[in-house]
Amino acid sequence: MHLKVNGDVHDVDAPDHWTLLEVLRYRLGLTGSKQGCDKGDCGACTVLVDGEPMISCLILAREAEGREIVTIEGLWPLHLARGGEGPDPVQDAFDRYGALQCGFCQSGMILSARALLDRTPSPTDEEIARALSGNLCRCTGYTQILQAVQSIVARARGVEPPRRSWEAANVGRQAGER
Amino acid sequence: MASRDIHGIDAPWGAFRHVGRDLRKVDGLAKATGAAMYTDDIALPGMLHAKTLRSPHAHARIRSIDAADALRLAGVHAVITGEHLPVTYGILPWTQDETALAVGKVRFVGEPVAAVAAVDEDAANAALKLIRVEYEPLHAYLDPFESLARHDPPIHEGRKDGNVSKHVHLAFGDVDAALAEADVVIEDDYVFHGTTHAAIEPHCAVGHYGADGVLTVWSSTQITHYVHRALARVLDVPAHRIRVIQPCLGGAFGGKSDPFSLEFVVAKLAMTTGRPVKMLYTREEVFYTHRGRHPMHMRYRTGATREGRLVGVDATIVIDGGAYSSYGLVTTYYAGQLLTGPYAFATYRFDSTRAFTNKPPCGPKRGHGSVQPRFAFEVQLDELASTLEIDPIEIRRRNLLGEHTTTVNGQRITSNGFARCLDVVEHASNWKTRHGQLPFGRGMGVAGSMYISGTNYPIYPNPMPQAAVQLKIDRSGLVTVFTGANDIGQGSNSIAQYLVAEELGLALDQVRVVSADTDLCPVDLGAYSSRETFMVGNALIDACRKVRPLVVRAVADHWQVDPSRVRFVDGVVVELDDPPLQPAGVAVGGEARPGASPPDAAAGRRWMTAAEAFQLAEARFDTLGATGAYNTPTLGGDYRGGTIGAAPAYSFTAHVVEVSVDVETGRITCEKVWIAHDCGRALNPMLVAGQMEGSAYMGVAEALMEAHGVNRFGLHAGPSLLDYRIPTTVDTPELAALIVESLDPEGPYGAKEAGEGPLHPAIPAISNAVFDAVGIRLKHLPFTPGKVLAALRARKDAAAGTPAPALAGGAR
Repeated sequence: MHLKVNGDVHDVDAPDHWTLLEVLRYRLGLTGSKQGCDKGDCGACTVLVDGEPMISCLILAREAEGREIVTIEGLWPLHLARGGEGPDPVQDAFDRYGALQCGFCQSGMILSARALLDRTPSPTDEEIARALSGNLCRCTGYTQILQAVQSIVARARGVEPPRRSWEAANVGRQAGER
Repeated sequence: MASRDIHGIDAPWGAFRHVGRDLRKVDGLAKATGAAMYTDDIALPGMLHAKTLRSPHAHARIRSIDAADALRLAGVHAVITGEHLPVTYGILPWTQDETALAVGKVRFVGEPVAAVAAVDEDAANAALKLIRVEYEPLHAYLDPFESLARHDPPIHEGRKDGNVSKHVHLAFGDVDAALAEADVVIEDDYVFHGTTHAAIEPHCAVGHYGADGVLTVWSSTQITHYVHRALARVLDVPAHRIRVIQPCLGGAFGGKSDPFSLEFVVAKLAMTTGRPVKMLYTREEVFYTHRGRHPMHMRYRTGATREGRLVGVDATIVIDGGAYSSYGLVTTYYAGQLLTGPYAFATYRFDSTRAFTNKPPCGPKRGHGSVQPRFAFEVQLDELASTLEIDPIEIRRRNLLGEHTTTVNGQRITSNGFARCLDVVEHASNWKTRHGQLPFGRGMGVAGSMYISGTNYPIYPNPMPQAAVQLKIDRSGLVTVFTGANDIGQGSNSIAQYLVAEELGLALDQVRVVSADTDLCPVDLGAYSSRETFMVGNALIDACRKVRPLVVRAVADHWQVDPSRVRFVDGVVVELDDPPLQPAGVAVGGEARPGASPPDAAAGRRWMTAAEAFQLAEARFDTLGATGAYNTPTLGGDYRGGTIGAAPAYSFTAHVVEVSVDVETGRITCEKVWIAHDCGRALNPMLVAGQMEGSAYMGVAEALMEAHGVNRFGLHAGPSLLDYRIPTTVDTPELAALIVESLDPEGPYGAKEAGEGPLHPAIPAISNAVFDAVGIRLKHLPFTPGKVLAALRARKDAAAGTPAPALAGGAR
């Protein structure tokens, strides 16, 4: 089969019953898409198919033929190719806001966020939460993930991102200095 | 010994440059771009794939196993069973009761029985279906009370105390006399159901055996060192010929802190076939592997004076351990030993019994052994407050343990910011104007807790350091840190970078970290009991303070000044102002980088780069490097078990939560959690807040959504991430992380733990908030709509029968 992934067309030989996730990970070596459940429950394998976030463990690889697939590995090069600097702003914001703990869910989470921002450049906080609700994270409690996306929206609107709880109230210092 | 040195809480160069800032993590962008390698991302040439055949019975004897057909299947390279890996293991030296594959009998549904290595997973799965196992089913014990009452047949043969896994009885002071004299005694039963970790990365291991006899195992483990020891024991390979590597890890929470079947199986299959072998658990297998939070049945009696001062606490706890010991011996102690703060108990007694049952084994989950008793006690304390008509925060203040003191069970307390935590959540939540005053159906609750910052004693008794690191100082200006510590997402590698950059006065990108590889890194005991920041941090400071004087002296002698006038700032060495600055133009800096101009920090002063300083020192003292270590001081109560629960420092937490309760449906919604946590100095507040938020989220989920249980056949009730409900973005309450810093005298720059403590209060605080909202006391977890509706009905019936007593708050 022929799959177009991150701009390149690959000629892939894989069993018919293999999912897109299996082909990405075990044939193309694109291991940034993670397998957390293999049943469509966790969202760690989310990739963009024609710009839409899709759960790649629920799509047979053959179904993705002829469509534009973007994985987490494609985001930074795509950003550079479009004249951007550094990593994709979503990737950068996740790093700056502590949204990455174990990182296992993050490729899917980042792609869901990317798709939202491509579709809706200035989403509300509720729209952000809804767009990411198909991606389970077990580390963060989501707060810093949502703040990371909100910071991109704030920057696009030209306003300061809201202060975070520990920045807003450094309430506990008893001695010493930073 | 340097490993027992206390390094103080102050910045090494006057003011902190990195510590205390919201810095990026060392691996953040690698994870964000998909470049980070996790265990299942490893593919070795010729690698085989292995699968496990698991028991369909909760308790059965194995009569025979026939794998002949499986071995004949095309693509199958090997099949192994218990007879190939008969040596027992277990995380604790005293309870080595597991085997990698069942030997003789199975003790829970899902227990590994046989394993197949084949060219791919499809062939391995097909082969599993051809393995014929003949079982003789035995009576399955699914209830801990039953398994304590009878043990014919026993779950484990040859034990003198039947199905008792561990029993602990400890008393401190005369509890009976204290309770007899108390003005008020509250007595009740509390139930904590089981929950599991549900890390998003399933367990995975890859084994490689070289012709040179070196065995390498990559594993998604949080305890590389203990896996190393267990592999040597079970495979009978000398430890020096085994290398264990933990790649990037996709979450653990205690669920990857035992040696697991798959690590031994891939090693054995690699040795048998001469090919690399990978095994990746399915999500269903992860649920059966479990080691999650123990279900506990708890009876508490708490007595207090009229003023609300605690005079005695008496606990009887039955723990459902599942089929194997795991950490259960420690769990049984922790269930009692860790309750003795943040409140002073005048007298205390606990009796805890862990029972074996034919269920997936329980183990340590975030807040090991202490989350369940904390739930029971904090709900009981709240009931004490309402009975005595004392504000729930006020009753906690009246019983403060305080700092630099000793608990009733003999544990040393150093720093203690709990009083401040209470102040902070009270203020931030507007408690005084809202608790007890919100409309019916809406309420606020408070709870507190204390947790260990590392354990004082390692899992196997030994006098060697608990944490060790090595530094390699390179002429390029790069410092490489080698640490056995397991970064499981909490950021221990990042903390290592920040601390070394701080100590040596370097820029962050001058420090790289190599971790959790037993060939390269000195031993660290691993990521459990919230020990990494505290112990590895101290080891790092120790190492830096051995090598730093050499570099400083080389520079000072080069400049012919006193070493006290040499200062490192962000990778630049400058001469201090006093005595006055040398005239401009004598700088030696820039030699290594022609055309470089002095950085701001060096304006008008003599300066050089750190790389130049390292070169001067290397020329003078030869190759630069250092080891560093940390070991705990001798602590603990003077009685059997008195060392369990001893920690070099303790963290403290207070939560206020706000809930709404729908009295029509019985559904509780947790609206907001204010989390105040005393973590000592916050080395990176953003990472501390991430731990606080993640902990609170997990606690809220355990109270309201999650349940890990088996049905009457021992089958898991719902082994998927759909059925085992963990919150999504839209289910998670607003979380406010309020950092309290008490600056511990023995922590690195005063730091303590942040990863486990902040989970504890969430669960009882929700129960207490529900009382404030609708006047019912929830004592059995999880707080399902059915339980809420039943309690509301009971309250209504009671009110109709007899006049309801005036309750402080909630009874509106």
